[in-house]
Amino acid sequence: MDKELENNNIIENKALIECKNVDVFYANQQALFGINLNIGEKEVTSLIGPSGCGKSTFLRCINRMNDVIDICRVEGSIKISNEDIYHPDIDVVELRSRIGMVFQKPNPFPKSVYDNVAYGPKLHGRILHKDDLDEKVEKSLERAGLWSEVKDRLSEPGTSLSGGQQQRLCIARAIAIDPSIILMDEPCSALDPIATAKIEELIDELKDNFTITIVTHSMQQAARVSQRTAFFHLGKLIEVGDTEKIFRSPDHEQTEAYVTGRYG
Amino acid sequence: MNKNKEKLLNSRYRAEKRFQFYGKSAIFLALLFLTIFIFKIFSTGYTAFQKTWLIVPVTFDAETMYLDENPSKEDLKDADYFDLALQTMFDLDKSASEKQQNDLKRMVSYFFEREIKRELLNDPSLIGKTKDVYLTASDDLDQVFKGNYPRDLPEDQRRVTDYQLKIFDQLVEQGRVESKFNLSFFTYPDSREAELAGIASSFMGSIFSILVCLVIAFPVAVLAAIYLEEFAPKNRFTDFIEVNINNLAAVPSIIFGLLGLAVFINFFGMPRSVPLVGGLVLSLMTLPTIIIATRSSLQSVPPSIREAALAMGASEMQVVFQHLLPSAMPGIFTGTIIGLARAFGESAPLLLIGMVAFIVDIPATFTDPATALPVQIYIWADSPERAFVAKTSAATLILISLLILINLAAVLLRKRYEVKW
Repeated sequence: MDKELENNNIIENKALIECKNVDVFYANQQALFGINLNIGEKEVTSLIGPSGCGKSTFLRCINRMNDVIDICRVEGSIKISNEDIYHPDIDVVELRSRIGMVFQKPNPFPKSVYDNVAYGPKLHGRILHKDDLDEKVEKSLERAGLWSEVKDRLSEPGTSLSGGQQQRLCIARAIAIDPSIILMDEPCSALDPIATAKIEELIDELKDNFTITIVTHSMQQAARVSQRTAFFHLGKLIEVGDTEKIFRSPDHEQTEAYVTGRYG
Repeated sequence: MNKNKEKLLNSRYRAEKRFQFYGKSAIFLALLFLTIFIFKIFSTGYTAFQKTWLIVPVTFDAETMYLDENPSKEDLKDADYFDLALQTMFDLDKSASEKQQNDLKRMVSYFFEREIKRELLNDPSLIGKTKDVYLTASDDLDQVFKGNYPRDLPEDQRRVTDYQLKIFDQLVEQGRVESKFNLSFFTYPDSREAELAGIASSFMGSIFSILVCLVIAFPVAVLAAIYLEEFAPKNRFTDFIEVNINNLAAVPSIIFGLLGLAVFINFFGMPRSVPLVGGLVLSLMTLPTIIIATRSSLQSVPPSIREAALAMGASEMQVVFQHLLPSAMPGIFTGTIIGLARAFGESAPLLLIGMVAFIVDIPATFTDPATALPVQIYIWADSPERAFVAKTSAATLILISLLILINLAAVLLRKRYEVKW
């Protein structure tokens, strides 16, 4: 099985994120078992699998959001552009400024739409001039497909937007810091089908500039938006490969059972 | 089967009705007691907001004041008004015996000569003329006029003599007794003479103490709460601290008074009876309240906001100061105001550090001897004069109104700055 995995994994020099033997423990409970997964640059990789299979845990290893949880321990190596992100020299704040994240529930700050998007650039001191900041906010909102809807409401609180708009605002907030990677943790699970369709379109556009990893419960979504798909089960990576292959002719029986809806 | 189901359903409805009835009766009882309390306080207290004046003709005779002709302003200030004042009262009944003259003198407030003096200083041309002057009635006659005095008691059981009552009734008939709004209740300090006693000194004492309390308790408590909630490692030691803070909130306030006495006065040698020490003691008492309020409002900020900020690359301190604190502020303010309101109404700890002294001067700094409003109520409640009964209730009314205002401010602040998620 390991051999198959190796073969299906992206060739190393094409990969932006390389994970080797990643184990994650919550206190004494192991949540991830030896994950070997490479994520290619400027494409969408979706992580699928039944609830509790560890896909969100894995996603949160990439920007070290698990650090916040006291009892959580990560072993193995994760490299981004050949740099070990768990190396003691790595500054986690700097690391996160290179990785945007979008959460399951839209979580704009209780500030104005403008301040939500301007928060990251201001935080990292990248943009000091007011005009540049205005431009950055406009551009980020445009890329998130939200500009036309909110351009007259920039001073309204971000929380007053609709659910789908809030989620796109969160995406705008994430891309405003020019990350190379965007992590999405079930970004559409709290949205209606129309808002979901808009986000999916957006993901498709963003992949030209960003490396996107998305956790999703919807296999249709994985099939629609991603180029590569990884299937997790009980903390193990069962299979990874081109999305088409995973859904048409998976190597593994468990994968086939899951994608055809026989369990999960 | 069907019948059983119906029976079950009916008994469920009955249980619900019963429960609602219990709840409503509890609320009704609480409101009833509150109404009775407010009514009682108000009905005894409202008379203290009125003050009785005797309008007495004063003949500003230069000779009685031992003044030379054409006195200067300085002379008027230094003149002896006592004999003039006495003469004024004696003139009310020219045929009075010596004992009756003494009674006449006691019909007005102890310091009534000052009121005559003020009149003359305002208008020096009055010398040699006669003018009606408002003199503060004695506290007992004040009560007589307000109908609070048991006139039917035998003479040897009351402080007001029959003779005084006779003269007073004559004055009332002549329209020479008037009741006016008692401004001096708000502007005068405490006094042994009930008709002159006011809440100004104790009110200022309270304000100074609360200021000290706020300035110390608020920053210390908020910083402690932020550290404990956001940064402190979770171990036995922090658990121990947490338990102790929660216990501290339940410690009887008099214990804090003992602590203040032992630490601030005996150990650090700070002066007694001063608002500075009072404020320090009250801040100790308020600390746990604000810490608990701050921690729970920090906890109530949705974790998704924390995650969002962390994922954007904010440091832990930036998360706290840019996101958690602004969202938690309304809760922190509410907790602080409620803690301060409690401190404002507190008397026990202040008794122990000597803020129960009889203070005739309005305190001007944090280290002037002072009392506090609740302590003033305690002092007055202890005084035997009838007029102090009304004063006690009036001061209670003021204290309660201030507390209602403070709590209202807390509600408004929370409404105003509430964050909607």
